[in-house]
Amino acid sequence: MHPAYSVIFFTSASGGGYLLLALLALFGALGILPTDPVLGVVGFGVGFVAVTAGLLASTFHLGHPERAWRAFSQWRSSWLSREGVLSLATFVPAGLLAILWVFFGRTSMPLAILTILLALATVSATAMIYASLKPVQRWANGYVLPNYLLLGLASGATWLALITAIVLPAFYATIVLDWTAIIALGLAALGKVAYWRFIDRSRSASTPESATGLGAIGKVRLFAAPHTEENYLLKEMGYQVARKHALKLRLIALALGFTVPAILVFLAMLVSGWAAVALLALATIGNAIGTLTERWLFFAEARHTVTLYYGSEAA
Amino acid sequence: MTALPAASPKKLGLVIDLDICVGCHACAVNCKEWNSGGHAAPLTDFDAYGAKPDGVWFNRIHTFEAGEGAAGRTVHFPKSCMHCETPACVTVCPTGASFKRAADGIVLVDEDKCIGCKLCSWACPYGAREFDSQEGVMKKCTLCIDRIYNETLDERDRVPACVAACPVGARHFGDLGDEDSPVSQLVAERGGYGLMPELGYTPVNQYLPPRPSQARAGCTGATALPVDDVTPARGFLRWVDRLLSR
Ligand code: SF4
Ligand code: SF4
Repeated sequence: MHPAYSVIFFTSASGGGYLLLALLALFGALGILPTDPVLGVVGFGVGFVAVTAGLLASTFHLGHPERAWRAFSQWRSSWLSREGVLSLATFVPAGLLAILWVFFGRTSMPLAILTILLALATVSATAMIYASLKPVQRWANGYVLPNYLLLGLASGATWLALITAIVLPAFYATIVLDWTAIIALGLAALGKVAYWRFIDRSRSASTPESATGLGAIGKVRLFAAPHTEENYLLKEMGYQVARKHALKLRLIALALGFTVPAILVFLAMLVSGWAAVALLALATIGNAIGTLTERWLFFAEARHTVTLYYGSEAA
Repeated sequence: MTALPAASPKKLGLVIDLDICVGCHACAVNCKEWNSGGHAAPLTDFDAYGAKPDGVWFNRIHTFEAGEGAAGRTVHFPKSCMHCETPACVTVCPTGASFKRAADGIVLVDEDKCIGCKLCSWACPYGAREFDSQEGVMKKCTLCIDRIYNETLDERDRVPACVAACPVGARHFGDLGDEDSPVSQLVAERGGYGLMPELGYTPVNQYLPPRPSQARAGCTGATALPVDDVTPARGFLRWVDRLLSR
């Protein structure tokens, strides 16, 4: 599948943004984070900016962005529509919570719970857009939903650790935030490895034989394509990354995105002040590069059944 | 509404005879011609006369080889929208632009609502939807709704353009929801099938498999004698023959 940059940026930024909002709501409601106004402005600010930038980016690849409002109408059947509705709905409790936090120095358990649930639901809906597409076996599987949630959690937790280190230096509960980030990064890495193992060891039930129904005669192969040049189908659905590049990119994603950041966050616990901030900033940058690489691979490694009509042996 | 309507008794669709198709692309060309001015017009082309021509087509003709050696077959394989009974291309659409008609099962795009998110084309396993990047909307086979119900056309022309064009009669159009329709009977008789049944889209269009190949050619009715040994038996030709044979 063709990796569209706007979609890659959208899923990375908004995934991290929603989970950052959820973590702020959670730690605020539990009293682990103080309802400090500066922390509120920066924390919710980064969350809202990431989420909004992601949502705007996701409209860039549309043929008619001016009609995007129509996408809120079909939530009964469409995960893309549900994602749109949920993504906006999350702004309501999260916005109210931010106002309470910043201007009144308090938090609210019901608003926090709503924020957490809607943020998780939004990211889940994004994942389900992909996980519900049966023609792409590498998407339509049980690994995709937990992957999306864990990737968002890893980014959100790393951002929160960095923001708190900047805004509240020498904060007593830093260790909770740091360990949250380390565990989230570790789980995200495990989820990704499990996903890669799965796609390497399984195949789509669809084959050139089932796609043409000619299997009774024998093995089916393409003799002549319908057209000489690439068409929309091949540009959009036929994109495939070379296997050797994919393996390198997986290592980059795993190392830069999760392993190195986890180590950096751990080291940040051993130092304090600006040294800790610098380490956490590096962790955040690494995680961002790794997450974008992983998102790109998620598309580039995915194979669509339409390629079976163009000479692919497996989808 | 992108929710699917209750299953309609009428299921209009195509039956494609893979035994007969000669791979001439006439159906695809006539489809392009008709639909360039029809319901989903235009079917934009890019660089049409250049080195990398590209454009929107609703029907594409692939050619496959199946099997090996003498048992192997070359099969021409036209492919267009199957007007599936449970098409995810419709249910994934966030805007309601994609819909399946309750009355006859035809799957269409309302181009005025389409935001061009392309998700429906990802959801179609068969590659039946092509994005028109100039118009910014998704395009697909309409089963020629502007022909099949068109009362200004002669009754015999009220079939999809592809069916009308096929020079060998490899394409049939009709109601596959009606067991007694000619198309349904053809499917029953010849063991017609839908593509990728494992995905559960339940395509309405059906393909008739190539008939088993003959091990030896049968009698074609042509004489086995070399032509110059043939002597006309009587009449003027016999006289000419004798004159020339002197
Ligand atoms: S063939 Fe593709 S576009 Fe046509 S109805 Fe089926 S899923 Fe939809
Ligand atoms: S491209 Fe258009 S028809 Fe297809 S899913 Fe998006 S809005 Fe619906």
